[in-house]
Amino acid sequence: MAPDDPVVIDAAGLGALIAELRRRGLRVVGPVVRGAAIVLDEIESAEDLPYGWGVDVAPGTYRLRRRDDAAAFGHSAGPQSWKQFLHPQRQRVWTSGSDGAGTGEPSSRYAFFGVRGCDLSAIGVLDRVLVGGSHPDGSYARRRDGAFLVAVNCTEPGGLCFCASMGTGPGCGPGADLVLTERVDGPVVSYLAEAGSAEGAEVLAAVPHRPAEPAESTAAAESVRAAETMMGRAMPEGDLRTLLIESRESPHWAQVASRCLTCGNCTMVCPTCFCTSTSDVTDLTGEHAERWTEWASCFEFDFTFIHEGPVRQSGASRYRHWLTHKLSSWHDQFGSSGCVGCGRCIAWCPTGIDITEEMSTLAGLAGQDGDRDD
Amino acid sequence: MTETVTRPPVEQAGAMVPLPYRVTSRVVENADSVTLRLEPEQAALATPVPGEFMMLYAFGVGEVAISLSGIPGDGSLIHTIRAVGAVSAALCAAQPESTVGVRGPFGTGWGLEAAAGRDLVIVAGGVGLAPLRPVLLGALAERERYGRVVLIAGARAQRDFLYAGEIDRWRRDPRLETHVTVDVPIQGWSGETGFVTEPLRRLSLQPERTTGFLCGPEAMMRFGAQALLAKGLAPGDIRVSLERNMQCGIGWCGHCQLGPLLLCRDGPVVGFDVAAPLLEAKEL
Repeated sequence: MAPDDPVVIDAAGLGALIAELRRRGLRVVGPVVRGAAIVLDEIESAEDLPYGWGVDVAPGTYRLRRRDDAAAFGHSAGPQSWKQFLHPQRQRVWTSGSDGAGTGEPSSRYAFFGVRGCDLSAIGVLDRVLVGGSHPDGSYARRRDGAFLVAVNCTEPGGLCFCASMGTGPGCGPGADLVLTERVDGPVVSYLAEAGSAEGAEVLAAVPHRPAEPAESTAAAESVRAAETMMGRAMPEGDLRTLLIESRESPHWAQVASRCLTCGNCTMVCPTCFCTSTSDVTDLTGEHAERWTEWASCFEFDFTFIHEGPVRQSGASRYRHWLTHKLSSWHDQFGSSGCVGCGRCIAWCPTGIDITEEMSTLAGLAGQDGDRDD
Repeated sequence: MTETVTRPPVEQAGAMVPLPYRVTSRVVENADSVTLRLEPEQAALATPVPGEFMMLYAFGVGEVAISLSGIPGDGSLIHTIRAVGAVSAALCAAQPESTVGVRGPFGTGWGLEAAAGRDLVIVAGGVGLAPLRPVLLGALAERERYGRVVLIAGARAQRDFLYAGEIDRWRRDPRLETHVTVDVPIQGWSGETGFVTEPLRRLSLQPERTTGFLCGPEAMMRFGAQALLAKGLAPGDIRVSLERNMQCGIGWCGHCQLGPLLLCRDGPVVGFDVAAPLLEAKEL
């Protein structure tokens, strides 16, 4: 058997995989049930995984649901993404009297356990933003370079998923160290596993496994392909970049603004929204200063503040900026779309604004009929 | 989708870390603006080109993006700062021998080199003269490389001009055509009254060999650029320096976006061919 041939590991093997990653000194982070949601946190064993939990999502809605099987990855995206580990919400970037090297750096490497196609793609987007330019973010680069990615192909998209129309899923693209496909047969769960890197192959070799039968590989691939047709949402087809530029003066922005609270939830849950604000602070003596960066949202009123006041004062202009950045100007700035089709912004919008629906409406108004009807 | 991104080596000290510079001179320009000369206390940053900006840090208060208003070439930096907020006020108050933090240089230059052999029309409104001063000084330093050099500087009133002494010298300098104008004439003002677009409209230019450099309030740049377009200049030959909120200077923070541009990276100086449609849209 060639080292990169697919293998099958059973439910116990999944535990062995986590144990092997931990044995190698990696901090394994994966999905766990907490506070009525599936969140991402450090896991100690496979027992921490959300076996038998699914989620029901709709615009403005996210609910856990009991599944009638023991799938560990039978759920779509939760409120968090890997961004919070690679690009932490709050970081100290400088302390007076230091050269800034090594401030607040984690000493250990992460293993991300259960990265979906959309989120693997989102990590690629963050890579292009934060280390793809002429000023690479060193602390992001260190966390990213150290991260071991266990990706999981999606076989059961959620009601708000539209990765198929964004080209980011349901199967995982390249870049993962290991790719799993969860196979559920009643109470029996197994995983088709493929190594995507030398380290991935090494890890897999240390975990009990057997070679996959060709039929198993075919069935796994078929289940991922079938998932393409099960997406709850779809982004309209057509040239969205141009549509958004040509829609700058559309009356529809004011219509969205009448529903948008400018709360910024969409930007917080988005796996690619990267914006930060910088604050310089001192201690009470005034002698010790620090510089911090913290996630920011383009929906904040003072996000664009210059001395005459904020540039984008209206909610309409702020929503227009967010949507246009995601789907249009992101291409100009970073060479790809900023949207990966995970659907988080729809679920976590308190008023249920749906990015795919707004794009369909804009396409309809512009006479470019989308594939959804409003 | 996570293909490996080729990237330059990570900067040793961290791109968000300010380097200490000593204030070696401080000139009060007018009621709210001060010009500082800064010299490196330790390592010097790369020498900027006209149009680029530095992030200037007032200890414990914060950091702002300020364009270069002079590049002596000896490692020191000249910045003219207008006090419009807490950080810029703290920088304006920085006294000789005190330390400010500096990062940079960042952004795009005016492209003075690319305008060699051409006529230069420099249009400045208010503190907008500060980023244009190195263009003017650069052109004067190699005067033979350029055709006509026209400076049009406007301010609200006479007392608001930056570099008053230099402006007097520029007005008498036969190598320059200098027009100064104020919005509000007060007693003793013998020059022109009106916006910078007035002297601009009267200029007779050879549009195909003229490059315009504009900096000032956004409306001034729009109307100034339109006046130059009306004279037949190509939009790409009109350079404007734009202002947006900047918190990192290096493309990480997202605050300075203007449509497809990250102004810290793709600006602050951009051609009017790029800027015009972006400035037309309100609240973009």
